[in-house]
Amino acid sequence: MSALLELAHLSVTFDLPTGPVTAVKDVSLEVKAGETVALVGESGSGKSVTSTAIMRLLPELACIEGEIRFDGKTLTKLKDRDIRALRGNDIGMVFQEPMTSLNPMHRIERQIREVLEKHTKLRGDKARARVLELLTQVGIPEPERRMNSYPHELSGGQRQRVVIAMAIACEPKLLIADEPTTALDVTVQAQILELLGELQARYGLAILFITHDLNLVRHVADRVCVMQHGDLVEQGPTREVFASPSHDYTRMLLAAEPDGVKAPVADAAPVVLDARDVHVRFTTKRHLFRPDETFEAVRGIDLRVRRGQTVGIVGESGSGKSTLGRALLRLLPSTGQIEFDEMALQPLDQKALRPLRKRFQVVFQDPFGSLSPRMTVGEIISEGLKVHFPELSRREREARVIEALNEVKLDPAMRARYPHEFSGGQRQRIAIARALVLKPEFLLLDEPTSALDRSVQVTVVNLLRELQKKHGLTYVFISHDLSVVRAMSDTVLVMKDGAVVEQGPSEAIFTAPRVDYTKKLIEASFIDRVA
Amino acid sequence: MLSYTLKRLAFAVPTLLVVITISFFLMRAAPGGPFDGERQLPPEIEANLKAAYHLDEPLPMQYLRYMGNLAQGDFGPSFKYKDFSVTELIMQGFPVSLEIGGLAIGLALLIGLPLGVIAALKRNSTIDYLVMSLALGGIAVPNFVIAPIMALVFGVLLGWLPAGGWNGGALPNLVLPVIALSIQQIAYIARMMRASMIETMGSHFIRTARAKGLSEVQVVLRHALRPSLLPVVSYLGPAIAAIVTGSVVIEQIFGIPGIGRYFVQGALNRDYTLVMGTVVFYGALIVLMNLLVDLLYSALDPQIRYDD
Repeated sequence: MSALLELAHLSVTFDLPTGPVTAVKDVSLEVKAGETVALVGESGSGKSVTSTAIMRLLPELACIEGEIRFDGKTLTKLKDRDIRALRGNDIGMVFQEPMTSLNPMHRIERQIREVLEKHTKLRGDKARARVLELLTQVGIPEPERRMNSYPHELSGGQRQRVVIAMAIACEPKLLIADEPTTALDVTVQAQILELLGELQARYGLAILFITHDLNLVRHVADRVCVMQHGDLVEQGPTREVFASPSHDYTRMLLAAEPDGVKAPVADAAPVVLDARDVHVRFTTKRHLFRPDETFEAVRGIDLRVRRGQTVGIVGESGSGKSTLGRALLRLLPSTGQIEFDEMALQPLDQKALRPLRKRFQVVFQDPFGSLSPRMTVGEIISEGLKVHFPELSRREREARVIEALNEVKLDPAMRARYPHEFSGGQRQRIAIARALVLKPEFLLLDEPTSALDRSVQVTVVNLLRELQKKHGLTYVFISHDLSVVRAMSDTVLVMKDGAVVEQGPSEAIFTAPRVDYTKKLIEASFIDRVA
Repeated sequence: MLSYTLKRLAFAVPTLLVVITISFFLMRAAPGGPFDGERQLPPEIEANLKAAYHLDEPLPMQYLRYMGNLAQGDFGPSFKYKDFSVTELIMQGFPVSLEIGGLAIGLALLIGLPLGVIAALKRNSTIDYLVMSLALGGIAVPNFVIAPIMALVFGVLLGWLPAGGWNGGALPNLVLPVIALSIQQIAYIARMMRASMIETMGSHFIRTARAKGLSEVQVVLRHALRPSLLPVVSYLGPAIAAIVTGSVVIEQIFGIPGIGRYFVQGALNRDYTLVMGTVVFYGALIVLMNLLVDLLYSALDPQIRYDD
């Protein structure tokens, strides 16, 4: 069978004011009708640029060389008019950002109809009927009502379904899905993938699936193309590539799945953190004469962490896991008892807590937002020292900063630089160094690896494990990423709607989950590798 | 929506009360009075005048009296324009200022919006640089420079249009003042529209619209225009209130009988009631315009809804 889509020696160069940057170098690949090809790579590998180039949606300063052929036409040579006739018609596209990919000012019906009216002769009631049919097909509940909704009234998963409905409205031959599930919870991700599979079977769609998640590829793709720094380094049938990767980078990506399990801690180890019946309630002030609205984000959670242990907290967005973490460190008001090293924290006010704060530190998810952009790395790391160890001289502080940077394997000479000069993984190391410099006993790790590429994730996970072993650190590790939690934790708490649905030793949870919700989570995150 | 509007209007009352109170006492704290002139009035006449206008009463008493009259819609008599009440002065002048100001805003939107859109779409092109330089010029050159030059060139030298005068609002008399008043607004609106259009064009849903196969014109008209208008709309509220209450400079230069001059004349003359009248009028207009802007906002953006 001949290829539906064929890229021949495609190169994309951006003509930036600072000089030309080649994002895609001499890439050749093909997608046959009805098959799913995954384009895999880490951030900056050029995979999204490639997919955007196919639709010719790149900004004007991008210069395309080579040829893109689709269904007998050479896309790179088509007139603007002719390529527009293909977009949304023969080629549908689904994007990474479900929250912002829909026009916030138009109702759902209008947004889907727009494609139909552009490319088909459907009008009026017939168009409306087709919209309804599409929404039903992509599994939007109450499609009749949802047609009249605005995007902000829909959840992320529902919005992504609408984008998919839009993409398949004209029964395209090719669907380009650019990280379509990355921003979604795993259970929603599983539903969306299932939906794409059904649509493929039904319409004989070819899918070009762009992702950084190899686990996903194994489950959805017939063939894999691996990209690194703009080069296509390996391609082949999924099974073969996974079984015997030929390129070092592919091997590295495959090995980049965090694995291993944590060495257990003696039962007799002292309890560092003991929380009982923790509740967090948020109150929305309303009207003078109307009662305030209360929302209980954390509903009575017990948690006990021994020295050297890692307790993993997993759950989907909105499950209350981050809120719980913050409440444990008294960064949010809560009720219930929280004891740190046999000291009750709840009766202490913020001022009394301050001397304790050096003993429990926190690393946040966003390595870009949580470091002050106007302070050097050295200043960021030493700031806590000034507060908690005012007696240290300038030189002693400097020595501690250097020591902390060495611990996280960053060159101490870089401490005069600013955060924006570092990559995501390096920034997360800086954040860890900032916490470590105070020599804490306890670290709250709130999704510390979620914003990072897989291969970088693994190095951060390994670093955290090493540091734990070396200093006997105690962690509470919050993540929605089950494979990382599995590699890190002694015990795991599964949270849903503010409550714990299941809790137990890590391996027991992952190998023999008892609760349906946990089973669903594990299944949806494709953890099928036995450690 | 209705209850929201009523609530906002109710909240306007305390706002205006504060504005009135502060202006009242500030005005009285300024040295001098309405009857100070080059020629000193005989003391008994001044005393009589003051008694006639109740200016001999203690200040809190005068305040209460003023508020009492205001509650009945009475702004009181003007101290300087004898024979006229403040209400009469405002009612005479406001339609004139409203006409000039309204036309100027209309013209500014008509020219400023398209200029901004074109500059944004042709970003960093010659057209963009040209539009933005002109806009910068429009903002930088004050209208007391532009207006006399326009009157000189088009009115005196070329003789195409009257250089001044109102003439009952005849069309030729409107042209120059309206254009002079709108130049700065055109510049502001064009710059604002350009910035917000550039932002919108970079958003994800614009990419989605292009991926549907829409043409650039359709993308702009159907998807980009409305969200880009929001910042302009919020600017327009206070801007309209300021412009339709008249521009002192334009009214003086073109000899137009609007209310803009009362703001300055009233204050210089210590014409207490006239100043208070214009302040209350302007304050109410600002409150009203801001309310209209918020209502328009919710009409433009479905994410903004006023339920209770």
